[in-house]
Amino acid sequence: MHPAASIIAFTVASGAGFGLIAALGLPAAWGAAPTGALFWWGFVVAFALAIGGLLASTLHLGHPERAVRAFSQWRTSWLSREGVLAVATLAVAGAYALSILGGLPVARILGPVAAVLSLVTVFATSMIYAQLRTVDRWHTPLTPVAFLGFALGSGVTIAAALHAATGEARLWPIAALVFTAIGWIARRRAWNAGDRRAPTSTPETATGLGHLGRVRLFEAPHTGPNYLLKEMGFVVARRHAEKLRILAAGVGGFVPMILDIVAWAGVAPALLLSLSAILLLAGLVVERWLFFAEARHAQMAFYDRSHT
Amino acid sequence: MTALPGKTDRTLGLVIDLDTCVGCHACVVSCKEWNTGGYGAPLADADAWGAEPVGAFLNRVHTFEVTPDSGAAMNVHFPKSCLHCADAPCVTVCPTGASYKRAEDGIVLVNETACIGCGLCAWACPYGAREQDPVEKVMKKCTLCVDRIYNDNIPEQDRIPACVRTCPAGARHFGDLSDPGSEVSRLVAERGGFDLMPEQGTSPVNKYLPPRAREPESIDLAALCDTDLAEPTGFFAWLDRALERL
Ligand code: SF4
Ligand code: SF4
Ligand code: SF4
Repeated sequence: MHPAASIIAFTVASGAGFGLIAALGLPAAWGAAPTGALFWWGFVVAFALAIGGLLASTLHLGHPERAVRAFSQWRTSWLSREGVLAVATLAVAGAYALSILGGLPVARILGPVAAVLSLVTVFATSMIYAQLRTVDRWHTPLTPVAFLGFALGSGVTIAAALHAATGEARLWPIAALVFTAIGWIARRRAWNAGDRRAPTSTPETATGLGHLGRVRLFEAPHTGPNYLLKEMGFVVARRHAEKLRILAAGVGGFVPMILDIVAWAGVAPALLLSLSAILLLAGLVVERWLFFAEARHAQMAFYDRSHT
Repeated sequence: MTALPGKTDRTLGLVIDLDTCVGCHACVVSCKEWNTGGYGAPLADADAWGAEPVGAFLNRVHTFEVTPDSGAAMNVHFPKSCLHCADAPCVTVCPTGASYKRAEDGIVLVNETACIGCGLCAWACPYGAREQDPVEKVMKKCTLCVDRIYNDNIPEQDRIPACVRTCPAGARHFGDLSDPGSEVSRLVAERGGFDLMPEQGTSPVNKYLPPRAREPESIDLAALCDTDLAEPTGFFAWLDRALERL
């Protein structure tokens, strides 16, 4: 699948933004809603990431001026649900922020509600991909687990950095580490499963001619590129993918988790946790690029020239 | 609405005969021609006369090579357009309601004025049957020539899909697959019509008819081509020498 920059930016940034909203909202349940500098930094960064990501997603639309129509089909479409949930989450999170400013006790309810809605939004985002039977690497429960792990991992790492910068990091680095680890374990398992899995659809099932012999494309229907090949024909070379996986997991997983531990032990926590968050997001950009670039679409069976 | 109708009154679709298709691409051209001037926005090409032409088509013809365990390989020409699936995943993923399946005849269509061009439906279709228009930036797909089959302004014999009307080999058949007595249903029953990618769970309406078994060669064609390269004798030898000398 074609790794579009707008969709990579959308999923990474909005995931981190909603993860941060969850990290800011949940503590209100036990009366630990963010205040002071943590409040301002927290909500500004969270809204910037979440809204920036959503705006980036509209860049790949053919008709962004009609985007409001995408809120209409929430009964059937995960993409529509994602849009509705994102707006609802931002509205509740905004109300939560205002209730903290106003010192209203309803913050204790709005915070956890915003946190839950954030996670449901990220789940909906992941289902846009996980629902597609046409893409074997995406059509697995590991897709939502990885998306949720990474959203919380990046959001909580940012929250940990902000806690350290404005007060005390306490257990936040450990929470960041746990969620980051969940994301990477799910991703590693999905990579392995995807590597082992035989394609659901083959030239034989695509043409229905498998009973007659092995099938391969002899002549393509068109001599130039077309929308199908541009959008769905992209697959990164195997050996490049291997290197990029190591790079993504190293920069976005291994190093940030070490930094989280060192910061938790009390060494320059604000600095190390900020670095951890930046590296994690950079690693996730590579991870998300691979998410698309490694995915093979079923319709490519019609273009398969090899005998497999 | 992007909810699928539970049941459709009729089930219009195509039956494509892989035995008779000669791979001429006439259906591709007539489909392109009709749909450039017909329903919805034109079916555009970008850089049509340039070095990198790219355009949207609703119907394309692949050619496959099928190699049996023993014996000669066979080429099969393979036209492919939207299969108007009963469980169309392209419809349910659409966030805007632009994609829909008609309850009256099962045709899957795109309302081009509602489409935001997100492309998710093209990802959901396992057959590569949807292409975004490079100029209009809306999703395009086979309409089953909905603007011909119910069109009272054109002669009655033309009220069938353009690709079916054009096919010089008679490889494309159009009709109601929910009616067991229809010509298309009989063809499917007699010839063992099958679904493409049944594992994708789309329940396609369009069916394909398999190539018939090839007859074993009754005459040795290769032997007929064998020209005798031995030296000529008699009259031909004389003629040969005479011509040489000229
Ligand atoms: S062939 Fe593709 S575009 Fe047509 S109905 Fe089936 S899934 Fe949808
Ligand atoms: S491209 Fe258009 S028809 Fe396809 S899913 Fe998006 S809005 Fe619906
Ligand atoms: S039915 Fe009409 S739109 Fe569909 S492939 Fe044939 S000519 Fe094209």
